[in-house]
Amino acid sequence: MAQIGSFALLLALALSIYSFGAGILALLFHDDPDWDRVGETARRAGVVVFAAVFLAAVALVVSAFRDDFTIAYIFHHSNRELPAPYKFATLWSGQEGSLLFWSLLLSGYGFVLRLRYKTDQRLFAYASVVLAGVQIFFLLLVNFAANPFGLLEGPLRADGSGLNPLLQYPEMVIHPPMLYLGYVGFTVPFAFALGALIMKYPGEKWIHITRRWTMVTWAFLTCGIFLGAHWAYSVLGWGGYWGWDPVENASLMPWLAGTAFLHSVMMQEKRGMLKVWNMWLVFGTFWLAIWGTFLTRSGMIASVHAFAQSSIGMWFAWFLGITLVVFLIFFIKNSSHLKSEHKLESLISRESSFLFNNLLFVLLCFTVAWGTWFPKISELVQGNKVTVGAPFYNRVAIPVALLLLILTALGPLLAWRKTSFESLKRNFKWPAIGALAVAAFLMITPASWGSPFGLRPWQDIAYFYSLMAIGLAALVTFTVASEFYRGGRVISGHTGQGMFASMVQLTHRNTRRYGGYIVHFGVVVVIVGLAGSAFNQDREQEMANGDKMTIGPYTLICRSYTDDDAPNYASEWAILDVYKGGKQIDTMTPVRRFYKASQQTSTMPDIRSSLNEDLYLVFEGLNPDNGHPIIKAHLNPLVMWIWLGVWIMLVGTVLALVPNAPAPVRVQSARLAESAATPVPAGAGD
Amino acid sequence: MSSLISRSTRTRSILRRVLHCTLLALAVYALVGAGDPASRFNDLGHQLMCICGCNQILLECNHVGCPDSDGMRNELMSAVSRGDSDSLVEQSFVQKYGPTVLAAPTTTGFDRTAWIVPFAALGLGLLTVVFVVRAWKNRPAPAIADGVPPVRGSELERLREKAREETDL
Repeated sequence: MAQIGSFALLLALALSIYSFGAGILALLFHDDPDWDRVGETARRAGVVVFAAVFLAAVALVVSAFRDDFTIAYIFHHSNRELPAPYKFATLWSGQEGSLLFWSLLLSGYGFVLRLRYKTDQRLFAYASVVLAGVQIFFLLLVNFAANPFGLLEGPLRADGSGLNPLLQYPEMVIHPPMLYLGYVGFTVPFAFALGALIMKYPGEKWIHITRRWTMVTWAFLTCGIFLGAHWAYSVLGWGGYWGWDPVENASLMPWLAGTAFLHSVMMQEKRGMLKVWNMWLVFGTFWLAIWGTFLTRSGMIASVHAFAQSSIGMWFAWFLGITLVVFLIFFIKNSSHLKSEHKLESLISRESSFLFNNLLFVLLCFTVAWGTWFPKISELVQGNKVTVGAPFYNRVAIPVALLLLILTALGPLLAWRKTSFESLKRNFKWPAIGALAVAAFLMITPASWGSPFGLRPWQDIAYFYSLMAIGLAALVTFTVASEFYRGGRVISGHTGQGMFASMVQLTHRNTRRYGGYIVHFGVVVVIVGLAGSAFNQDREQEMANGDKMTIGPYTLICRSYTDDDAPNYASEWAILDVYKGGKQIDTMTPVRRFYKASQQTSTMPDIRSSLNEDLYLVFEGLNPDNGHPIIKAHLNPLVMWIWLGVWIMLVGTVLALVPNAPAPVRVQSARLAESAATPVPAGAGD
Repeated sequence: MSSLISRSTRTRSILRRVLHCTLLALAVYALVGAGDPASRFNDLGHQLMCICGCNQILLECNHVGCPDSDGMRNELMSAVSRGDSDSLVEQSFVQKYGPTVLAAPTTTGFDRTAWIVPFAALGLGLLTVVFVVRAWKNRPAPAIADGVPPVRGSELERLREKAREETDL
C-alpha cells in the first residue's frame, strides 16, 4: 500500500505540474488553435490529479484498516483495537495525513471546477492554472516534506501508539473534513479572482460564478468551526466551547474575512463598487486560511491543538510569500481595471452600511490576528512572552461585535443609494421599541426565574454585555421580522394570498436576500447562546455514596461509582441521580477513560441539555486517600441556543443558494414606458 | 441677560451634580464588587492561567492530577482571604510563575500596545471609511448630454432588470 500511495502522490505531482505549465502556455498563446488543444490536455491532467490523490488517500485508509504498522504514520496514529470510524479518521488525525487530505479536497474542488469549464472557458482556464499552482505546493509537501507513506524505522511493532484520546469522539470524524472543506474551498474564489485580475475580466460575471462557491465554502467553514466548538464542549471537559486558542483563532480569521467578502461582494454585483477591496478580501481570506495552517503547523505559536513542531513551517512561509508577491504584481499591473462604476450618494444608504460592516469584520479579524501574534511580538520586543487569553478578547472583541449587531439590525432597513432619515426612523421605530421592551423586561424580572431573567447590568460588566447582546439580538430579530412582514404584506395585497404564503413566495422570489436574513436570525440566536455564558456557575465536590451537591435548581446525589474494561480503553464512572424541584428527573454518568495504546487519560462529560441550560458533569478522578469520586458540575445557561442558531444559519445559507423564482412580468408598465418615450411597432417589447 | 447667565449657571450646577452622582455610583459599584471574597476569587481566578501547559484559565483547568492548578488555587484563596489587593495578588503570581501566568497583557510598558492597537485600528478604519465616503460623494456625477435618445426595447428591459436587481424586489 505504501508503494501504491507514494506512486500515486508522485503521479499527482507530475500531472499538476503539467496542468500548471501547459495551462500557462495555452493561455499565453491562446490565439493559436494548437495551443488550445494543449490547454485542453492541461484541463484533463487537472481532472486526473483528483483520481491520483484519491488513490493515495484510499491507500492510507486501507493501510489503517489493515493495521499496517510498517507505515510510520499509521503506527503513530492508529492501533489494532481502534474502532472503525476512527481508523477512517486516521487520514486527517496527524500532520502528514491531514496534508494529504487537504490535497485531496483541493483536487476535488479542482475536479468540479474543471468539469464545469464550459460556463466560461477562458476564465475557468485561468482559475484552473491558479488551482494547479496551489495544488503543486501541497503535493510537494506530501511528497517531500511530510510524506504519509514514510516507513517506520527499526523493528516491526505489534501494535500502534493509538489515536489521541481527545480525537476519539464521533464529531472528530466530521469536524476536520468540514473545517478543511472550508479552508480549502476559499482557494476557488481566490483562483477566480486572480484569474479575473490577470485577464482583466470584463464585468462582474466572475463574481456571480464565485458567489455560490464562496457561500458553500463559508457554510462548510461555519459548520467546521461550530463542530469544533461542540467537540471542545463535549470532550475537553472544562465546561466551555471556545477558549481563544491560536488554533481556534486560525479558523476564525478566514471566516471573518470571508463573511466580510460575502457582504461587500453585493456592492460589486449591484453597484460595481468596491472592486479593489473585494479583490483584496478574496486574497486575504485565502491567505489567512493558509496562514492559519502555517501557525498551527510551524510550532511558532504554542497551542494545545497544534500539530507537532516540524520543518514544514518554512515551506508555508515561502508559499505565503510567493502568493503575496504574485498577487501584488498582477494587482499593481492591472488595478486600473478595477475602477468603481458608481459614486456613493449618501451616508445613510445600504452601501455605507456595507462599508462599516466590512470595517468591523476586518477589524475583528485584525484583533484576532493581533492577539494571536502578540506573545511572539512581545518576546521579540521585550524578551519575554505574555499570554493573550480570553480576558483580552472579551474586552476588545465584544464591543466591536456589538457594533456589528447594530449594523445587522440597521442594514436591511437601508435602501441602496439613499435612504431618507424619515423613512429610516419610520422603519426602525417599532423594532427599537420592541428591543428596548425586551431589555427592560429582562432587567425587571426576578432572577429566580432563571437565566437570562433578572439581568442587572450594574452588577457586573459581563451582565451589561449580556443585556446589550440580547437586546441587540432582539432588535435584529424584529427588523428581520418586519422585513418579512412588509414584503409579505405587499405580495398579499397584490395576490390576495395569506400572509404566510406571501412570505414564502417573497422568500422564493429573492432567496439570497431572505436566506441572508435567516442567516442573520441564526447569528442572533447564536449570540443569545453566547450571552448566556455571563451566568455560568460551577461547583466541585468530592462525593461519597449518598452525598449531595446543589447547583442552581439541581440537586445531585451520588449513587455509586463503578468501572469497566473495553478492548480500546478502561473506564470508570460515577452514577448520579439528578433532582429538580424535589423530583428525580435524570441519572447522569460522567466517565473518565484510560486509553491503553496511548497510555493517556481522558474525561467524557455527561451533559443534560435543555433550552434553558446545560447541566454538565465531569468525573475528575478519585481522591487517592479515600477513593471517593471528585465531581465538577457546571450549569451553563442557553448553550443549546448556540447549536440551534448554527442550524438556522445553515438553513438560511442553503435557502440563499436556491435559484430565485422568476419575477412576475410587468408587461403593461414596460409598454407604457416605451409608448411614452416613442411610438413603437406592434409586437415590440413582447 | 441676567436670566441667561443664571440659566447657564444652573445648567452647570446640574451637570456638576450629575457628574458627582455618577462618580459616586461608580465608586460604590467598584467597592461593592471588591468586598466579596468569593467573587474576587472567581474574578482573579479568571485573570490567571494554569501553568501546567494546558493553556487554560486557572479556574477552568480540569486536568486530572494537574500538578499545578490545585496549588495555585489554594494560593489564590489564601491571598484573597488575607485581603491582598488584586494588583498585589497578580504581582506575587507573576513573581513566582512569570508573566505568562496573567491571562491578558498588563496595561503597563510595551504590553499596553496590545490594548491600544485594536482601538487605534478602529479609529483609523473609521477615519478611512469617512474619508472614502466623502471622496465618493464629492465625485462629479456623469454629465447628461443633450438630445439623449429615449430608452426602449432591449435597452429598456436591461435597465428594468438592473433596477430590479438594485432594489432587490
